[in-house]
Amino acid sequence: MQFWLIQTLNSIAFGGLLFLLSSGFSLIFGLMRMPNLAHGAFFMLGAYFGATFMNWGANFWIAALLSGLAVGVLGVILERGLLRKLAGNAQGQVLVTLGVSFIIADVCLMVWTGDPVPVPAPQWARPPMFLMGYAFPTYRLVVLVIAVIAAVLLYLLMERTRLGAMIRAGVDDMEMARGVGIRVSLLFMMVFMLGAALAGLGGTIGGPIMQAYPGLDADMLPLALVVVILGGVGSLMGAFVGSFAVGFIYNFGTALFPDFAYVILFLPMVAVLVLMPEGLFAGSRQ
Amino acid sequence: MTRSFIALLLIAVLLALVPFMMDDFFINLCSQILCYALFAVSLNLIVGYGGMTSLGHAAYFGIAAYAVTWLHTVAGWDHLTSAIGAVGVATGTAAVFGVLALRASGLSFLMITLALGQIVWGVAYRWVALTQGDNGMRFPQRPAPFGIDINGAMSFYYFSLIVFAVSVYVIWRVVNSPFGASLRGARDQPRRMRMLGHDVWMIRWAAFVMSGFWAAVAGLLFVYYQKFVSPYAVSLQQSAEVLLMTILGGASTLTGPMVGAIIVTLVKNVASTYVERWNALLGLIFVLAVVFMPTGLVPGFRRLISRKKPAAAPADETATPPAAAPERAS
Repeated sequence: MQFWLIQTLNSIAFGGLLFLLSSGFSLIFGLMRMPNLAHGAFFMLGAYFGATFMNWGANFWIAALLSGLAVGVLGVILERGLLRKLAGNAQGQVLVTLGVSFIIADVCLMVWTGDPVPVPAPQWARPPMFLMGYAFPTYRLVVLVIAVIAAVLLYLLMERTRLGAMIRAGVDDMEMARGVGIRVSLLFMMVFMLGAALAGLGGTIGGPIMQAYPGLDADMLPLALVVVILGGVGSLMGAFVGSFAVGFIYNFGTALFPDFAYVILFLPMVAVLVLMPEGLFAGSRQ
Repeated sequence: MTRSFIALLLIAVLLALVPFMMDDFFINLCSQILCYALFAVSLNLIVGYGGMTSLGHAAYFGIAAYAVTWLHTVAGWDHLTSAIGAVGVATGTAAVFGVLALRASGLSFLMITLALGQIVWGVAYRWVALTQGDNGMRFPQRPAPFGIDINGAMSFYYFSLIVFAVSVYVIWRVVNSPFGASLRGARDQPRRMRMLGHDVWMIRWAAFVMSGFWAAVAGLLFVYYQKFVSPYAVSLQQSAEVLLMTILGGASTLTGPMVGAIIVTLVKNVASTYVERWNALLGLIFVLAVVFMPTGLVPGFRRLISRKKPAAAPADETATPPAAAPERAS
């Protein structure tokens, strides 16, 4: 019983983490029509930044916000400096993000070496919590709470603000959005920054669970891809449901069939592709 | 026709003479280039001619390498049967993956091929009982085709050259066949092709499977050369590397991917003597290639030459660089 409870909690926490990673990925994909293959690298960078800021004496939350901000700025530089120059050449943009992810990964290896860097959880969240006689890892619950807060904020941003309405308009019909006077290129920059910042934040938040290590980027990127393939492109709801689905599959897969966890993870993706190629929550966009 | 024929003959003679001009280190480097060139040409079938950019092409390359090693060392098959079996397994995987990936097109296709490639990587890395995980598998002994020993650098180079030449010749025939024309048609005008009664999906799928087949042949060359295979052979880096070769040289030309393979393999080998890892350099070349040479080197050079030609004297023919394209001969 303890096993199932703990694994369920782990799955939910991991799902929350995946939401931080893939909501930005999905929004960028939805608006800019390109998968940002540097997203896993952003996540990894967030984890390393978080560890470093905490080494410098920042507290956990400040470090998380700072690394989100830093990675967000990096996203803006990437979008303004490179992607903008390749506007209209989506394939070129994708390849550039892939190239950038390799550069980031190598630079991380140079700066932080090949050994995993632990990211400490906040002091108070380290001892386990006891509920109804079972011990729960407190920090996983914290991650879940953060993810839910982030989801609510993102939902409010997308549904209740002018900016959100403009982003939705851009996702649904870019030509029309341009036509009614929305500055789509400005939106690109803001969404890219938001997505990168969320990935960076997620990196620090996920750090205490996963540690920062070389290859974290390549481990996370396929997960974001699967979430988006499951949930459909550009859909916040899809990213939310997809993240928790993948969180469960990945966690239970790892716990029950360690050799095949990675394969099991992709089975629902295959099923969705065969049955519903547009994803489970494909929006109005065709 | 005659001009490109002469150029082709020149290249062939040059390639055949390589071992007499260099020492073992460079001969081995040339064998490596031939292997990657075939790999890049195979990818180009779908990227260049089919307009489908795949980021999971290392899967078929690596599966063939793993399968031939497993069949030969664990199952105990002889060289020929395990080679045929390995190509069969890899091509079969390509057939299944093709069905899945071709549910989508464009960037979704790219994403799905990436995800499928990562499945294969996951199996190679985590299923230790089958693949020995991160340690990789050793391939004990190169085969001896028709009783000829190919353990030396020179004899292996000729072996690779023959495999390469035969493969590229077949691919060239395919590209210039009616099937090749319909593949390009499906790339440029899928709706018109449908109107003309072509099964666009089937054309794409057939090209995908063929591409997997030739990647598997390249994978065999790879494992015979290295006598070793590790999860790196099926990694995203490997897929990205071969895509870089194809795009850097110029997709949709037959020579482009070969030029790309030469450049990337040389840079990789030179760089590895100075820096420990070459991923950052790979990334940098990727960014520069896409930003500054979106169509690749070979089409760029060709445009340069054709722009110069009216001004240059017609007797200048011998000065043309060996980038003459066989596929334009038709």
